[in-house]
Amino acid sequence: MTVSAALPAERLRRYVGAAAERVEDAALLVGRGRFMDDLDPFPGTLEAAIVRSPHPHARITSFDAGRALEVPGVRFVVGPEQTATLRPFPLSFRAPMPYRPAATDRVRYVGEPVAVVVASSRHLAEDAAERVNVGYEPLEAVVEVRDAMSADAPRLHDEAESNVATDRTFTFGDVDAAFAAADRVVEGEFSFPRYSSTPIETYGVIAYWDNDGTGERVTAYSNFHGPFAMQPVIAGALGLTSSRVRLIVPEDIGGSFGIKSGIYAYVALIALASRHAGAPVRWIEDRIEHLLASSAGNDREMRWAAAVDRDARVRALRVELIDNVGAYLRPPEPATLYRCFGNLTGAYAIESVALRSRAVVTNKAPTGLNRGFGGQQLYFGLERLMDKVAAACELDPAEFRRRNLIPSEDFPYSTPTGGLYDSGDYQAVLDLALERAGYAELCRRRDAGRSEGRLRGVGIVTIVDPSGTNLGYVTLATPPEQRVRGRDKSGSTEHVRVAVDASGEVTVMLGTTPQGQGHRTVARQVVADRLGLSPEQVHAVAEMDTATTPWTVSSGSYSSRFAPLTTSAIAAAAERVATTVRAAAAVMLDADPDELELAEGMVRVAADRERAVQFRHAAGLIHWDPGSLGGEARLYADAAFTPPQSRHPTANDQINSSLCYGFVAEVVAVEIDPKTLELRVQAVTSVHDCGTILNPLLLNGQLAGSIAHGLGGATLEELRYSADGQMIAGSFMDYLCPTAAELGFELTLDHVVTPSPNTPLGAKGAGEGSTMSLPVALANAVTDALRHLGVEIDRLPVHGSVLHELLGGREKRGDRPNDQKGP
Amino acid sequence: MKAAPFRYERPRNLDEALEMLQDEDAKPLAGGQSLVPMMAMRLARPSVLVDLSAIAELDGIERRDGGLVTGAMTRQRTLERRAGVIEELPLVAAALPYVGHREIRNRGTVGGSIAHADPAAELGLVAATLRATIVAQGPDGTRDIPADHFVSGPFQTALAAGELLTAVRWPLAQPEDRFAFAEVARRHGDFALCGAAVHLHGREPRSVRGGLLGVGPAPVVHEAQVSDAEGIAELAEQIASGLEPSSDMHATAGYRRRLARVLLERCMRAAWSGAGG
Repeated sequence: MTVSAALPAERLRRYVGAAAERVEDAALLVGRGRFMDDLDPFPGTLEAAIVRSPHPHARITSFDAGRALEVPGVRFVVGPEQTATLRPFPLSFRAPMPYRPAATDRVRYVGEPVAVVVASSRHLAEDAAERVNVGYEPLEAVVEVRDAMSADAPRLHDEAESNVATDRTFTFGDVDAAFAAADRVVEGEFSFPRYSSTPIETYGVIAYWDNDGTGERVTAYSNFHGPFAMQPVIAGALGLTSSRVRLIVPEDIGGSFGIKSGIYAYVALIALASRHAGAPVRWIEDRIEHLLASSAGNDREMRWAAAVDRDARVRALRVELIDNVGAYLRPPEPATLYRCFGNLTGAYAIESVALRSRAVVTNKAPTGLNRGFGGQQLYFGLERLMDKVAAACELDPAEFRRRNLIPSEDFPYSTPTGGLYDSGDYQAVLDLALERAGYAELCRRRDAGRSEGRLRGVGIVTIVDPSGTNLGYVTLATPPEQRVRGRDKSGSTEHVRVAVDASGEVTVMLGTTPQGQGHRTVARQVVADRLGLSPEQVHAVAEMDTATTPWTVSSGSYSSRFAPLTTSAIAAAAERVATTVRAAAAVMLDADPDELELAEGMVRVAADRERAVQFRHAAGLIHWDPGSLGGEARLYADAAFTPPQSRHPTANDQINSSLCYGFVAEVVAVEIDPKTLELRVQAVTSVHDCGTILNPLLLNGQLAGSIAHGLGGATLEELRYSADGQMIAGSFMDYLCPTAAELGFELTLDHVVTPSPNTPLGAKGAGEGSTMSLPVALANAVTDALRHLGVEIDRLPVHGSVLHELLGGREKRGDRPNDQKGP
Repeated sequence: MKAAPFRYERPRNLDEALEMLQDEDAKPLAGGQSLVPMMAMRLARPSVLVDLSAIAELDGIERRDGGLVTGAMTRQRTLERRAGVIEELPLVAAALPYVGHREIRNRGTVGGSIAHADPAAELGLVAATLRATIVAQGPDGTRDIPADHFVSGPFQTALAAGELLTAVRWPLAQPEDRFAFAEVARRHGDFALCGAAVHLHGREPRSVRGGLLGVGPAPVVHEAQVSDAEGIAELAEQIASGLEPSSDMHATAGYRRRLARVLLERCMRAAWSGAGG
């Protein structure tokens, strides 16, 4: 894509806001990154290969690893007998759907682990894996939620009453009255597909189960990225106390986009393999395994209805969401249903809403976090619905949205579901997007083209981009009357440590497990500003070790939380260090600490800059001559940013599910070849308000990447299952990710800045917004191009073959779409 | 994704290679762009892998007997970059950029692609459309196989057991010949959902050979006389309506048939207008 991006000129401080280049890149570009398969922390590590189920649903009738154990070099084969010794993982809420990292008596999806072969090399392990003999008695499989919900559907979990794992209804405001009084009601049914992120580096685990003399313990390296709430979950499955399970995450992770949060089950499984093999074990997932059985965003069926008044304002919504979570409720699922709870009504001043949320188990692989988590599904329904309302009201979709957006003077804005939108100027962002896109000209060209038989369309969306998840939303799956008082959950906390060494060099310890976002780069910028240093004097350590890094259950990398939460903790910790350094400099300068400032590597009297000492000398005093300090000589500071806005759900189920709410207005222009029906994106304009911009280079990289990812989900990528439960996109031959050749369109990025009042730097997250907006923007654009032919895009992905079928499979001359007259 | 155990051989000459290939579990390795991933997935499990890359007599391009002979191990990119290939083999030159990506063509070979006989492969279609000749050598000697009779089904060819594709002989383009190639794929470089190759030759009424890929188990080639541009659409329609393509997650049979008609018509029109018709 050709990127033209306007960058705001304002600079908060010297480094924050600057387009600092990534400190991470030099090593990566010359191949010096150290990823899971580069690590060799334990001598004598063995290699694992996993035997997986070829059946979507079957009873395991026999298991015989005898022939596998005959292969020279094979140490042990973990089978159902060993797996059954693990306790089921604690689930997000009570449900009789036990989930273990491998099958015990029954398999429930193609690719479900059944056995782990441990050998001296991966080749040998795979050779032996073919010789593991598993007897299966196939059972009827069910893959779509509508089928799984029917009374006579095969049931996945015998102890459960049905395949519906959770079914909750919520009503906020007088929805019935709003619908009764509506001038019109507009409805739509929508389906969102299952797709993934396919990070370049797949899952990897090196686990060592040993006994250090005081008891059993597990040390596990993996490219897991949190939330570290899964650390006690892993310990629970292994039957160890949490202090006996040490998780270490390397500094480099080759991408994740949420997908690698699902790795924790394999940490438990490989730890189990290590226990039985009596040696450390490494497992590196291959691409086939990754596509088959790692994780994915879930597919969702949904029904939406809007009550619209005579001024074309949407007053109320009725929403039904049905998520396909796959074979198990793998935690944090059913979180996809609730991550966007506070922003269910999107960018609009909608007063009341009724919601029914269901999660259904099927014979597909379990789901989980995928960039945009819950947002792409939600907005596919909401923004398609808004376009239908605009069409029903015969209004231009931009004008219609302008009428319905939350006015800028209403911030902070309370949503009916409990969201507290911190800041925004939605009208300004939409106006800028329309201007930068040349919206009027795009519409003119579309109309002119149509009279020549060309199929052009323009799509618009306006969405709220939540960041800094409040983990308390997971509680919503449990009805209030079943929640245990005093054991509520909330939180967006992030811990950070900043330390200064004896030479005045500063180290920041991050528990954020970055996967390519550039956290180390931005951490340097924030600390350099707070301590008046150059970024070269600041080093960020991103290796995460639950034994040594400050962390809490919400630590990790998800929900775009680095910009709003982690930078806040970094700033707070750096300020504490600055206070100590000022105190030391005050002794040296015989000054009052309050009159000192940190700038240009110096600590100096603000009103008399000649009276100054170097930062490193002031820090040196604390290390080398603490006796003269007259106080605590501490040159490290921990901070835990704990926003008071992140509270547990109320008794009536309202929750502020995120700390910050950014905004995106996106305009997509497409053209469809009337004969081949090939779909081409012509231009994308994406304007974001993510509060204060910390680093525009990194921000625009995130936006471009999320647009490419969204385009993949909308047009190419699909983890499709056959009706009988086989996954049919099992390699990169069929699971199609966008490549450079598919991204040749013109991309315009721009920004409006309304700083968040909830974060000290004013920053909000931004790396997921366009993965939520682009799929539906594209659907709106294709609908715009084809509506006169009676086609609307209410499911994804959309591509030539899909369009051919939507057009009724017409292919004879005279039936070509450009020969059709509009209805 | 680790290959099952196999023995690796790298013979220095053709005779040696042919002898090794008499083992019925042996497989020749050309560019490896299809075979190696299949081995990694254990879908192909040869016990002996005979790497042809050190055999000089299988490599190289030469003009001979009014044709262009490409050794089986000629890299696709080498042919694509050959000076004059646009005049010698315009249809091959037009189709090659659609074969995978540049990196794939750097490794992939002309002979390997044709012998692999993927129903969606461009080079096999072009060879059949142009009536190229496949040169095969086995223990009993050398024989010529017409390219439009070479592929018998998906990944199935007229090669006998132990026989190796050693070269392809392409007829050079004549001054009055016109060509066109087009395909539609989900992404650039993917195996096409459908592709069309057209060779227009002779004087009016012109003879047209139209080939299609992706719409059957093997390339589909039709030959007809066309007297004017008006007949083109009807001919494309007629050919497309007789096709029985299959459906998969990327394209329904109906969509493939639509593409066949549209692409054939486009190519025939492009060739026709290029011929001054």
